[in-house]
Amino acid sequence: MNTRYLFAFLVVFVLFLVSWLGAAAGLGWLFGVVIPYAAVVVFVVGFARKVLSWAASPVPFAIPTTAGQGRSFPWIPQAKIDNPASNWGVFLRLLFEVLTFRSLFRNTRMRLKEEKLTYQLEIFLWVGALAFHYAFLTVLLRHTRFFLEPTPWCIQVLETLDSFFRVEILYPGVQFGLPAVYLSGFVLLAAVVYLALRRIVIPSVRYVSLASDYFPLLLIFGIAFSGILMRYVTKVDIRAVKELTLGLVTFRPTVPEGIGAVFYIHLFLVCTLLAYFPYSKLMHLGGVFLSPTRNLRGDTRAYRHVNPWNYPVPVHTYEEYEEEFRDKMVEAGLPVEKPLADAADEAAQEKE
Amino acid sequence: MAEAKPTPQDVLHRIQHTPPRSDWMETPVEIRKGMYCYAANPKSVATLGLPHPHAWNPVEDDWHLPENWQQILHEGFKERLERFRSFKVFMDICVRCGACADKCHYFIGTGDPKNMPVLRAELLRSVYRNDFSRMGRLLGKVNGARPMSFEVLREWWYYLFQCSECRRCSLFCPYGIDTAEITIMGRELLNLLGLNIDWIATPVANCYMNGNHLGIQPHAFKDMIDFFVDDIEEKTGVRVKPRFMEKGADILFITPSGDVFADPGTYTAMGYLMLFHYLEEKYGLKVTWSTYASEGGNFGFFTSHETMKRLNAKMYAEAKRLKVKWILGGECGHMWRVIHQYMDTMNGPADFLEVPVNPITGTRFEQARSTKMVHLVEFTADLIHHGKLDLDPRRNDYLKVTFHDSCNPSRGMGFFEEPRYVIRNVCNHFYEMPANTIREQTFCCGSGAGLNAGENMELRLAGGLPRANAVQHVHRKYGVNMLACICAIDRAALPALMDYWVPGVQVTGVHELVANALNLPGQNERTTNLRGEEFEELMAQAEGQSDEG
Repeated sequence: MNTRYLFAFLVVFVLFLVSWLGAAAGLGWLFGVVIPYAAVVVFVVGFARKVLSWAASPVPFAIPTTAGQGRSFPWIPQAKIDNPASNWGVFLRLLFEVLTFRSLFRNTRMRLKEEKLTYQLEIFLWVGALAFHYAFLTVLLRHTRFFLEPTPWCIQVLETLDSFFRVEILYPGVQFGLPAVYLSGFVLLAAVVYLALRRIVIPSVRYVSLASDYFPLLLIFGIAFSGILMRYVTKVDIRAVKELTLGLVTFRPTVPEGIGAVFYIHLFLVCTLLAYFPYSKLMHLGGVFLSPTRNLRGDTRAYRHVNPWNYPVPVHTYEEYEEEFRDKMVEAGLPVEKPLADAADEAAQEKE
Repeated sequence: MAEAKPTPQDVLHRIQHTPPRSDWMETPVEIRKGMYCYAANPKSVATLGLPHPHAWNPVEDDWHLPENWQQILHEGFKERLERFRSFKVFMDICVRCGACADKCHYFIGTGDPKNMPVLRAELLRSVYRNDFSRMGRLLGKVNGARPMSFEVLREWWYYLFQCSECRRCSLFCPYGIDTAEITIMGRELLNLLGLNIDWIATPVANCYMNGNHLGIQPHAFKDMIDFFVDDIEEKTGVRVKPRFMEKGADILFITPSGDVFADPGTYTAMGYLMLFHYLEEKYGLKVTWSTYASEGGNFGFFTSHETMKRLNAKMYAEAKRLKVKWILGGECGHMWRVIHQYMDTMNGPADFLEVPVNPITGTRFEQARSTKMVHLVEFTADLIHHGKLDLDPRRNDYLKVTFHDSCNPSRGMGFFEEPRYVIRNVCNHFYEMPANTIREQTFCCGSGAGLNAGENMELRLAGGLPRANAVQHVHRKYGVNMLACICAIDRAALPALMDYWVPGVQVTGVHELVANALNLPGQNERTTNLRGEEFEELMAQAEGQSDEG
């Protein structure tokens, strides 16, 4: 058994127990107000500190990974995004990287079969990652309705789009689809399951995975699952929830009665994710923008990049070189700065 | 001691890409013969005054480290985190998605899981988590953190010298994490303890003192070039007159010393000489060589940033002394990464040089406006584009050529069309290898970043497998018999690789092809190529082969 995912699973399970018991023990203030505020503070401060600490280290050399033809002669077409020579090109490169995971889209899978190596397009990781991130974003944006009164029109539009596929089962006893089914939540859950399974099933990925790789996946699974449970199955008092969340953002916190335990579990897992975020690999969210192989121009022979800590170094000068080899150079007919006679004179003078 | 060399088939069937059962942190490293390079000669380390020169042997249990070696590494690590944003960010943001895993030629060729780029980086990250992150140290092994130990150091050394800094993994990484950068930092740290390999340390010392990696002294360098002059005369009937350290020449030419030293690079060097002769005869262009700056390559790049700068400084210094207008650089791989991405920053601004203009075509090399150093292949491409070269590509008709993109000009420069344009203009039969193995996705020759020694041949052949396999594909499909490249290490490394994996394919520099096609004023019948092989025989052979096909 792999201790790494067991450990991650155990931690998430303990988190679940803590919040469940907390809710049952009536610690609404702690779980509904104190911990969320603390988590947000940790997130904001931690995130800012991490980004500032990265920014504090300079970029001494311009080292973009050039992924296409560089700028050359006018008659050679340049890959303006993959090997940008302008800031606009760099902006587009980053934009495509962040919005479409362009580098990951290149992914191939190597196979060695009958003494022949092949490299086939491997799209599933890209699809899974894209589905995961966009579903997460949609869910996140939808949740702003809990913090804004009235709900802005753009969020309402998003909700309409998200619930585009109506799935309604309305029988006495089995009711599903009311309220409208949001696709994003289920896509998120499915993507998380895929990414976690992939980590466990693919031998090489399992081999390199750490507890900190499984933990966020399990945590987000817990969050998505509890969210879906609340919306479609155990139905919490949505008005009471909004009263609490609005209280938090207006700094007039209240803890209304009658919010189900599932809500507190959901909220606690979210708080854990927030507080954990800045100290984990999840910081790739901020890091991708600061990656020197992606955010610099490739025209490094045309414009000088300045290294703030560039310092003079000892070199072996031409004079020292000629001093050592002058005889041989002259004999071979190579030009020298000081003819042999002059050099001999100088040496004689120095002796005196 | 002579073990029978395993056949390519044996090797191919033996490669296992499934990781072992034991956890990577629990799997001790075995420093295996054939896979590692010998330890640096302390004299070479001392020549540059680099830290802790000492005699040691990688397979022994005592590496004679300084007493406080862990502290040296910790402080060195910290200093590099503070100096390089790349290092800091790359230590923090990897999500271990595994996209890089099967992109490394050393992993593909060896199946060793620690050659997956992600794991190579984790070798350092595990120590980073322990030393620089509270949470990391708290959770320990379950979260991939471990303190520095001799075992870890051995692992670093073994695997950081099984990375050729080719950057193929960084192309596929969604955050652009560049293992080359991590290897560069790791090797800098190892160098703080005097733990370089000799194949890097001695060329560095040679280059520092004598001007080139091979330690060729000035008179010998001139002798070697003179030998080419005789050879060219014998084959073309034209006596070329190279210039050496001539003040006031138009252009200073610098190429890797490997080109003057060993076949088939020597034929490329002859190609340079013939081209310059042609340009001087026809257009009066004066190109000078230098014995002081007689190295284009820079093994300092594989030692430390500082060493790279110390060796590179000669290029601008010599250009300044000789009062040339700008610098022209020969065919080399890592040399061009250093020139394109580091030289101007380290040793510039080169305000004593002019923005390079080709006086023959009038082309202003805008792409080299600040560095003032032009790649010979782009220079030749410009000449051909303007119809300034008298070429007869039929002399290359016996060749079916494919082009190997070298890692550094590919992913550290984006130099793809220029060499192809030149090859297409001097050869009539050109075939590309499969798309996933060329251009930005190109595979390393398996011997880059100072790993082209003799004692690590097993590693080199394994690392070169993906490249060789792609050559084999076009060799079988189109009858390709010549592998062209623009890198001196390629020219030194690929022949052994081809002999082992794809017999029947030879290796050439692009300017050897150019020179064979180039009509020199006053030349003879040109009955042989630069290698002294009779065209008539070669053509007959080629026809025979294509008839069989």
